[in-house]
Amino acid sequence: MPVTTRVTPEGPRRVWHRHTPQERLRYALGWALGVLVLALCWRLIAAQTTWLFVQDAPRQAGDLFSRMLPPRWSYAPTLLRPLWDTLNIATLGTLLALLVATPVAFMAARNTTPHPLLRAAALLIIVVSRSVHSLIWAVFLVYLVGPGVFAGVIAIALRSVGFIAKLLFEAIEEINPKPVEAVRATGGSGLQVLTYGVVPQVLPAWTGISVFRWDINIRESTFLGLVGAGGIGLQLNASVNALAWAQASVIFIAIFGLVLFSEWVSARVRGAIT
Amino acid sequence: MSAPASRRWTPPPLIRNPYLRYGLLVAGLAYLVAGVLSVPVDWARVAQGAERSARLFGEFLRPDFTSRWTDIQIGLLESLTMSVVATVAGVALAVPVALGAARNLAPLPVYLLCRAYVTLVRTFPEVVIAIVFVVMMGFGPFAGLLTLVLATTGFIAKLLAEDLEDIDRAPLEAVRASGASWAQLILYGVLPQVAPRFVGLFVYRLDINFRESTILGIVGAGGIGATLTTAMSRYDFDTAGAVLILIIAVVLALELLAGAVRKRVS
Repeated sequence: MPVTTRVTPEGPRRVWHRHTPQERLRYALGWALGVLVLALCWRLIAAQTTWLFVQDAPRQAGDLFSRMLPPRWSYAPTLLRPLWDTLNIATLGTLLALLVATPVAFMAARNTTPHPLLRAAALLIIVVSRSVHSLIWAVFLVYLVGPGVFAGVIAIALRSVGFIAKLLFEAIEEINPKPVEAVRATGGSGLQVLTYGVVPQVLPAWTGISVFRWDINIRESTFLGLVGAGGIGLQLNASVNALAWAQASVIFIAIFGLVLFSEWVSARVRGAIT
Repeated sequence: MSAPASRRWTPPPLIRNPYLRYGLLVAGLAYLVAGVLSVPVDWARVAQGAERSARLFGEFLRPDFTSRWTDIQIGLLESLTMSVVATVAGVALAVPVALGAARNLAPLPVYLLCRAYVTLVRTFPEVVIAIVFVVMMGFGPFAGLLTLVLATTGFIAKLLAEDLEDIDRAPLEAVRASGASWAQLILYGVLPQVAPRFVGLFVYRLDINFRESTILGIVGAGGIGATLTTAMSRYDFDTAGAVLILIIAVVLALELLAGAVRKRVS
């Protein structure tokens, strides 16, 4: 705690400071650097922006809302099938991801991996899967398997594998080693150690992670249709391209409802297991 | 061993109530059948895809960074700058919302208003918000920037509000007892308690914003996504491969940075 002496008319006074002078210099330099980076970034964006359009934005926004309201409710029944498709993309994609991610997680966890080389391979799968957004996966899959729900399911699965495997392998690495040792001490085989020592400890985490990812996947599967991978995003894309904003607002409301539903389910399940 | 079969030990089930357990199982299986059956799969097209994937991965293995380097550079810079500005602006705007959404610091009407805002913003995916902003602001990174700012406010406000609700009450009371104003209470009683988490959330959101910025280009809101989709629609898979490698590299770098910063501050 640095204390300096300051001369005042009433005599010397000791003043407390939170930081030493060196610390203050470092903070000031850090802030200056941050502001500089921010200013440079902003300049780049400003240069790429057509300000004429931005000035026009309030009028455009007003125009947009007047076209969106009232929502064309008669359009709602046509959304039932796309909503079902969206739900399927998220759910089947999550299930498919679980099938792949669970063994990958056991290979990636330091305490359950059969071989360091397999661990490296599992970590590579996790990194590639996690770093690429599901919409980008969808772009590739629409090219590979054609447009439709199937491409969406695979895209969601490919993105979720990394997410689920990462959280799961971290949970596996954090387990209590004592039950594992106890099962091993009774002469359990490798598989028995896994099923009786490890699995019961990570099962709640596994369930929680699955539901958590499913919740995220519902949200993501609402827009995969933008690139043709099925679900309600297809209708959104069509309505926006046709400037049918009264339909788009019905779709927005449908997405809102679906996401709220998935959050409610996910909160219920996570509440039940903890 | 001749123990009767009924005395065998079995692990306890995950769900104790048998009706709920088997009910969920049956409902789950029924859904699975209905769901799988309703996904149309054109196997001829998928078989064709196997052929295409050979070409796609072949080209991905020989990424071409040079022939469209200007496009890639612009896209990547746009994504990075969008993420940085959006994170700073979004976090700054999120702080008052978070204070309002913390039940222990805000009066009930303010609390409900802020919570409603957080729920509304967090419900819509970034891409969907971007569509609306592109219509209002025109194509380009500004629409993407606004999208990310909005999404960041919802995200940070929710997580920060949860941290604020968990803070220790004793320092608050000590500061209040010394006659501090509300601003002083926040500055000396609350801020020091949440500052490390706050920094952690900042870098975490920077990481997320970059990931999201890689797709906003698909709806015309700027960033590397536009470069990627252009390359894909031209069947320039070698360029698409290069873009993908760069995205993965930047995401990894940001994740490592976020991890290092969070380790240092906590």
